[in-house]
Amino acid sequence: MHKKLLLGVEAIAQGAIDGGLSGVYAYPGTPSTEITEYIQANPLAKERNIHRDWSANEKTAMESAIGMSYAGKRAMVCMKHVGMNVCADAFVNSAITGVNGGLVVVAADDPEMHSSQNEQDSRFYGDFALIPILEPSNQQEAYDMAYEAFELSEKVGLPVLLRITTRLAHSRATVEEKPTKNQNENSQPQHPRQFVLLPAIAKKRYAHLLSMQKEIEDIAENSPYNRLEDTPETKIGIIASGIAYNYLVENFNGQIQYPVLKIGQYPLPTKQIEYLKNKCEKIVVIEEGYPFIENKLRGIPADPKIKGKIDGTFPRQGELNADITGKAFGITPTQVYQPSNLVAARPPALCTGCSHIDMYQVLNQVMEEYGSGKVFADIGCYTLGALPPYQAINSCVDMGASITMAKGASDAGIKNAVAVIGDSTFCHSGMTGLLDAVIENTPITVLISDNSTTAMTGGQKSHGENRIQKICIGLGVDPQHVRVITPLKNKHAEMYQTIKEELEYKGVSVIISQRECVRTASRKAAKKRAAIQN
Amino acid sequence: MKTDIILAGVGGQGILSIATCIGLAAMNENLYLKQSELHGMSQRGGAVQSHFRLSDKPIASDQIPLGKADIIISVEPMEALRYLPWLSKDATVVADSQPYINIPDYPDINEVTNEIKKLKNHILINAGELAQSIKSPKSANIVMLGAASPFLHLKLESLQDAVRELFKTKGDAVVEANLQALNIGRKASSNYAK
Repeated sequence: MHKKLLLGVEAIAQGAIDGGLSGVYAYPGTPSTEITEYIQANPLAKERNIHRDWSANEKTAMESAIGMSYAGKRAMVCMKHVGMNVCADAFVNSAITGVNGGLVVVAADDPEMHSSQNEQDSRFYGDFALIPILEPSNQQEAYDMAYEAFELSEKVGLPVLLRITTRLAHSRATVEEKPTKNQNENSQPQHPRQFVLLPAIAKKRYAHLLSMQKEIEDIAENSPYNRLEDTPETKIGIIASGIAYNYLVENFNGQIQYPVLKIGQYPLPTKQIEYLKNKCEKIVVIEEGYPFIENKLRGIPADPKIKGKIDGTFPRQGELNADITGKAFGITPTQVYQPSNLVAARPPALCTGCSHIDMYQVLNQVMEEYGSGKVFADIGCYTLGALPPYQAINSCVDMGASITMAKGASDAGIKNAVAVIGDSTFCHSGMTGLLDAVIENTPITVLISDNSTTAMTGGQKSHGENRIQKICIGLGVDPQHVRVITPLKNKHAEMYQTIKEELEYKGVSVIISQRECVRTASRKAAKKRAAIQN
Repeated sequence: MKTDIILAGVGGQGILSIATCIGLAAMNENLYLKQSELHGMSQRGGAVQSHFRLSDKPIASDQIPLGKADIIISVEPMEALRYLPWLSKDATVVADSQPYINIPDYPDINEVTNEIKKLKNHILINAGELAQSIKSPKSANIVMLGAASPFLHLKLESLQDAVRELFKTKGDAVVEANLQALNIGRKASSNYAK
C-alpha cells in the first residue's frame, strides 16, 4: 500500500477523497483550513470533479453539504470549532432530516486558543445533535475514520461528526492509504419528505432519531476505536480519548500497568465504561478539551472516584501534553534547563507593508478627535490592531460582530461608532448586520479593510473580491456614502479627510480601504515569474 | 534510535522547509516520525517552533516532553534560548548567529551569544553569510540543516535526496545550490571551534 507523509488535516482530506467524496464545503479557519486546500490541490479530486470551492461561511457550507447528501452523494463540511456555532442551525437539523449520501462534519477544536477566541469542545455539539462522533488519536486513524465515516453515516442514516484538535490537525506522520472507493450516483432520499421539517414530519423524524440512539451506541460499543487494554490492576483505571491517549502512552513507554479504555467513537461505550468503573477504585479520565467524558461519569452527587479536569487532577484550561498527563501519575518531567531570562516575547504582528497598517495609522489619527472606545473590530489579521503600536480597537468577538456591535453601541448613545472588518469576514457574516444598520439608518461608519483575500488563514479566495462596493450599494447604503480609499503612505491626508467626512455623516457610511495583501501579491508575482521562466 | 528535534525561528523564516527535508529523509530510511507545527495567527512574524520526532519504534506524543529534546535547530539565536526547557542534558543547540529583530525589546545580541556559548554542546554559525558565499542567499535554512545534519542520525545521502526532492520543481540550478548549502553547513559545523 502507498504511504504518504500527511498532516492530520491532510489525512482527513485524503481519507475522504479515497472514501468516495463528491464535495467538500468549508470556510477557512485554523486549524481546519488545509483539509479543503489539500482537496483543492489533489489531482484525483480534480479528475473526479469533487466540489472544492470555498463557501461564504460555515452555515452556507453545511447547507450545501446537506443538499449534496440529499442528492445521494457523499459530502464533507470542514470548519474550526467556532464555525460549529455559525452552522449550528443547519447542523442540528441535519440530524433530524437524516442523510441520503454520507454526510461528514469535521470540527477542528483549538484548545489553548492558538488562533481562536475560545476553547469550546465540539463533542458537545455531536452529543447535542444525537449523532455518532469520531475522535482520532493519530494521523492514520484520522485517515481511516474519514475513509469509513461516509459508510457509517449512510448505514445509520445520520450525519457523523469527526472531531480533532490543533495538535493532531497540524502534526505530520506517515499514513497508509486504502483503495479508492467509487463515488455515489445521484439518488432520491429514502423517504421523499424526510427533509421537509414541518412540525408533523419533524416530530416523526425526531422520534426516529431517538429510536436510533440504541443502535449508534451499540456500534460504538463494538467499534475498533473503543478498545479496552485490560490488566489485572484494580487501583486505577484510565479512560483516554483522542490524542490524550498518546500522552498517556508516552509516559509509560507503552507499558501501562493500569487498564486503559481508549475512546475514539461516541456515544460512549457504556458497557466497557461500567466494567472499568466496577473493577477499579479510581477512574482517571484524560481528554483534550472540556471534561466531556468526565462530566458524564461524575453525576450528581459527584462520584469521588472519577478524576479528571473538574476535580483538578488536570488543568481545566489549555492543551494537554505528555508532561501534564504524567504529573497525574506522579511522573515529573526531567527538565534540565530553566528558560533563559534574556528571551523576549515575540508576538505575531502585521507584515511589513500590510495595508491594515496604513488604515490603522490614519484611523487612530482621526479617532484622537472623537475620543476612545468607539472602534469595534472583527476577526482577521487586522485583529492584531489591538496590540501595540496601534491599540486601535475595542472589540473582537465573533465573525461579523464589528458592524452589529457598532450598531448596538450607537443605539445606546455612543456617537461616531466605527466598525473595522475585512472583506472576507464582511462576506461571511457582516452583510446582514449592515442591512440592519441600513434599515434603521444607524449613524455608524463601517471601514472595510479590503485586502482581497482571506489573509489570516493563508490567502484563500475571498468572496468579496471586486464585489464589496456593489454589495454595500445593493444592501441599500447611499452610494454617496460608499467611499473607496487607498491605504498608502502618500495617501494618508486623503484617507484622513474621507474618514472624517463619513464620521460626521449621520447615517450609515461604508469606507472601503482597498489594497491587496502583501503576501498574496508577492505569491502572485512569484507565480508569474515562474510562468515566464517556464 | 530516536532523535527529538526542536526547530525554532520566526514566522516566515522557512523552518518548515527544514522540517520537510528531515521528513523526506526519515521516510527514505523507513523511520517512524511525527512532526508538529502551528499554523495561523502565530505565523505572522511571531515566534514559531516545530517539534520533530524520529525513531525506529512507534512514536506516541506529537510533541516532545520537557527535557527530552536531543537537538534544537534555530534559525535565530534568541529563539534557540526560548526552548531550553525542552533540551536534554547532553543535547546540542545549532543556531544561526544573526538576530532577526522585529521587536522593540530584543536583548543585547552579545548576551544572547554568550548564553548559547555557555551550553556544553553548541554550534553557532552565520548561515546567511555562508549562503551568500555560494551565491544562494535563499538557502540559509538549508545551510542550517547541513550544520545540524551530523546530529540527526540520518544518512547524508538521505538528506541529499530529500533536498533534491524538495527543490526539484525549481530546476537543476536551485537543487545544486541547495546541495551545496547542505554541504557547506555540514562542513562549518564539523569545523566549529567551541
